[in-house]
Amino acid sequence: MREVAVIGVGMSQWGELWRSSLRDLFVDAALAAVKDAGVDVKKIDSLVVGCMTSGLFTGQEHLGALMADYLGVKGIPATRVESACASGGVAFRTGFLEVASGMSDLVLVGGVEKMTDVSADQATRALSAASDFAYEAYNGITFPALYAMIARSHMERYGTTREQLALVAVKNHENALKNPKAQYHLKLSVEGVLKSVLVADPLRLMDCSPLTDGAAAAVLCPLEKAKKGAKRWVKVAGIGQATDTIALSSRPDPTWFEATSLAAQRAMRMAGVKPSGIDFAEVHDCFTIAEICAIEALGFCKPGEGGRFTEEGHTALGGSKPINTSGGLKAKGHPVGASGVAQIVELVEQLRGEAGDRKVKGARRGLAQNMGGTCGSAVVSILEKV
Amino acid sequence: MQPQEFWREIPQRYRLEASKCLKCGAVFFPPRRRCAACGHEKFALTRLPREGKVTTFSVIRQGGGDMIRISPYAVCLVELEGGVKIAAQLVDVEPEAIKTGMPVRLEFRKIRETGDAGVICYGYKAVPA
Repeated sequence: MREVAVIGVGMSQWGELWRSSLRDLFVDAALAAVKDAGVDVKKIDSLVVGCMTSGLFTGQEHLGALMADYLGVKGIPATRVESACASGGVAFRTGFLEVASGMSDLVLVGGVEKMTDVSADQATRALSAASDFAYEAYNGITFPALYAMIARSHMERYGTTREQLALVAVKNHENALKNPKAQYHLKLSVEGVLKSVLVADPLRLMDCSPLTDGAAAAVLCPLEKAKKGAKRWVKVAGIGQATDTIALSSRPDPTWFEATSLAAQRAMRMAGVKPSGIDFAEVHDCFTIAEICAIEALGFCKPGEGGRFTEEGHTALGGSKPINTSGGLKAKGHPVGASGVAQIVELVEQLRGEAGDRKVKGARRGLAQNMGGTCGSAVVSILEKV
Repeated sequence: MQPQEFWREIPQRYRLEASKCLKCGAVFFPPRRRCAACGHEKFALTRLPREGKVTTFSVIRQGGGDMIRISPYAVCLVELEGGVKIAAQLVDVEPEAIKTGMPVRLEFRKIRETGDAGVICYGYKAVPA
């Protein structure tokens, strides 16, 4: 297997973008990544598109061919991959495999979601397709409610406090203030989170990631070729993917993200590192409780200690393990199929020393954790400065 | 949506029919065709007990779609006697009175009406035991 490098990254604008279509968003991100890599778009061998459910959000499927056409490279192979909110992470791994296998030399991986062409009601319905639709969604159980039940279990079992959950949102919004690409530049306080409207108790509106239109992209090539011809590169040191039951009720412990733990073990074994060797991470904070469970499953702290770890400031910019320096899904935005690729964008910008005011000092190795549903699927990628 | 989508699930939703592995005895709800515990592919039909306890819950304040009529409404995970866990709505109780560990019973109830024809869909809901 060949070693793989990321030689360019890019994002479209993120937000509620009524003027931009699904294809506009994808092409904006793809062109930004290609330009960043300094390669000719016509040299792309293969295209991978991560998207959760453009069919339910816009009516459009068949995205591989559509995006290849609108990128002006029709004729090349183009593959759409789906794993709910982990679609972007799975797309990145798929592109990695294409390059590593020797099948392709220059692969463009993009993630996209256009979420605001439907009402909030319809969006909730579309997102619930990531749960066990016939046995969770059928009974009226929404995603906020699933994560609320995880949160209540965590609080009752480990003593995690409502304030500790709020601190995740406060921190991620603080980081987003330093990220020009974030959807929200809105400073939050713990009090502000605790006074926001109840969605599914104990979770409130400010515990939830938003609906976002957006895309992100990365250009991959063999590491050896990057060293010879690319302007700059970051090595993909490890990558792991895993699955769990998608029905939350089928798990022995709703607070433990087994798929994240398995994916992390695989990625860390491949990279030859332990959790202590990771300098910073982007994790899938679709809800505040999700970040707490994710950092536990990644091994950054012990099971049950994620709330305290957050409260003690370890996960803040400048802490021992900065988490979601981009603002995370919570504040940067969460176009579901794009989020996994946007995490890669943040790792690359950090490792190239281009993260501006949100720079993690001395960062050499970053990790991205992207998951689908209530972690029925997960992808963990580790990138290294070489 | 067509009625067959709901008709197909009637045994599970009305009667809590589950599959019990003939080799290792593991019970699955909804029924499966391959045992996740031992890999065996032959099962006996069994009915889950209706009694259990709440392991976690939430009260949905912002219900949408056809659930907007009944918002706010409570949902929970129930561990049934014998250990199988199920996700369900929790009704006939004030939200403030819900506690983790409270005993509940799964009853046959109307879940929703769906589609242009207003097909009435039934299933189970948890009620205080």
